[in-house]
Amino acid sequence: MTVIQARDVSLTFQTADGPVHALKDVSLTIERGDFVSFIGPSGCGKTTFLRAIAALETPTAGKLEVADMTPDQARRQRAYGYVFQAPGLYPWRTIAGNISLPLEIMGFARADRLQRIARVLDLVDLAGFGGKYPWQLSGGMQQRASIARALAFDADILLMDEPFGALDEIVRDRLNEALLDLWKKTGKTIGFVTHSIPEAVYLSTKIVVMSPRPGRITRVIDSPLPRDRPLEIRDTPEFIALAQQVRDGLREGHSYD
Amino acid sequence: MTEATASPGSTVLGRGLGRALPILTVLLAIIAIWYLAAIWMNATWVRDQAVRADTVLTTGDLIRQTLTLERPVLPAPHQVAAGLWEGIAGQKITSKRSLVWHGWVTLSATLAGFAIGTAAGVLLAVGIVHNRAMDQSVMPWAVASQTVPILAIAPMVIVVFASMGVTGLLPKAMIAAWLSFFPVLVGMVKGLRTPDAMQLDLMHSWNASRVQQFWRLRLPSSLPYLFASLKVAIAAALVGTIVGELPAGATSGLGARLLSGSYYGQTVQIWAALFAAAILAAVLVMLIGALERLTLRRMGLAR
Repeated sequence: MTVIQARDVSLTFQTADGPVHALKDVSLTIERGDFVSFIGPSGCGKTTFLRAIAALETPTAGKLEVADMTPDQARRQRAYGYVFQAPGLYPWRTIAGNISLPLEIMGFARADRLQRIARVLDLVDLAGFGGKYPWQLSGGMQQRASIARALAFDADILLMDEPFGALDEIVRDRLNEALLDLWKKTGKTIGFVTHSIPEAVYLSTKIVVMSPRPGRITRVIDSPLPRDRPLEIRDTPEFIALAQQVRDGLREGHSYD
Repeated sequence: MTEATASPGSTVLGRGLGRALPILTVLLAIIAIWYLAAIWMNATWVRDQAVRADTVLTTGDLIRQTLTLERPVLPAPHQVAAGLWEGIAGQKITSKRSLVWHGWVTLSATLAGFAIGTAAGVLLAVGIVHNRAMDQSVMPWAVASQTVPILAIAPMVIVVFASMGVTGLLPKAMIAAWLSFFPVLVGMVKGLRTPDAMQLDLMHSWNASRVQQFWRLRLPSSLPYLFASLKVAIAAALVGTIVGELPAGATSGLGARLLSGSYYGQTVQIWAALFAAAILAAVLVMLIGALERLTLRRMGLAR
């Protein structure tokens, strides 16, 4: 089942220096349960595309559908949870309180909220930390809490904009593993923006390689890797070949300038 | 979470002294300079008196007399302290000579004006942040209101209210509010706009209404700014109240005390009232500071 469908989507920002083509004729189909990574250099429009899906930006041309609705309708239906690069937790709320925030806004009853908070805390391996304040947690734990917050209201789509970009390699590895585990358990459709080739190859069922000026898709690679992926899979020839393909795609995009 | 709780008494004392020493030094220096100034400024009068009485003054006599005058040009610190003590402890607090009574008159108007000013400042800031028309129109008027000399406005306010039969606390509170709304307005506009784009995007992704966004994000984020401006606002409210007590023969309040002191050349009374006002302001600002620390620490916003 198709969850996200983009047809010739373009998005142009009007700036003082003239128009900037953040996206040009982007077409992409994302199926339910896909783990799609968007990779490319800065300015290739990967974040803009994710934001367009989330209705945080509006395409200037083309057609974009999220769960058979316009992105803005999908947003109003709480079709997605969004995770930013920074955790963005409120310092005056506990971890549980932070996860509760979208639930309060969406009008969930108290008992339901508590149940959901407990469930998602468990899901991101933070059970027992609900009563702590954000500053009492490490950066990796804070980001997990922000993922729990995005999961709490059971959206089918999880959009993540470089969620582990600010974390060190070791923590990132662990969180990547945890994210795969979470994806398998929940069966969500995940859109994931990253700078890292190994991260994209390790996580995704579909890798979208993008290039800048104008922002466009240069290659869509369907991963032949199985859904069960131990960390060691990164040393297999298949993994390395796939990473090579992504690298070639990135280089291709760069030959323009 | 808390700072070190149990440490040996001697180090605590040592650290306390270490912190107090610079403050004490400055204080002593100020008092010394004040004494010198008092001697110097009062000396002319003392010398004139001596010439008139045809007596010869030794330096010791000169100094002693300059510091004990009934109506000195500049009273010495101990005279002001005595006047202050006399005004606070030496009177029944219902007496018209009691600084406690006058202080209470000023304090009540200050607090009323502070409350009105804070409410006005916060409401205007909320309007500015949420309404484009207000954003572009209110601020210039607010700035203009503060450029009008308060000394020129105060008598008019008093007279206009009096013509409507309103006297006492309210007119003074209005002048206090006039001065205190502005820092609150400026601080709150800044504070309500502190949430960054990401936090606003998050709210948007949850389809939060503007009301939800205000109560759950903007207002809590603005509190550090609010407290900073409240400290300025309460001091401004006190100044406003005292200015409001100066015109039209007011008979109560620290401002009236200042004015009557200057009518009758009672410089000690002036200085005592001045110090009473300063102490009042310091206490009010400290109270808000304590409230600020308590609130921000509870909210995890303390730096």
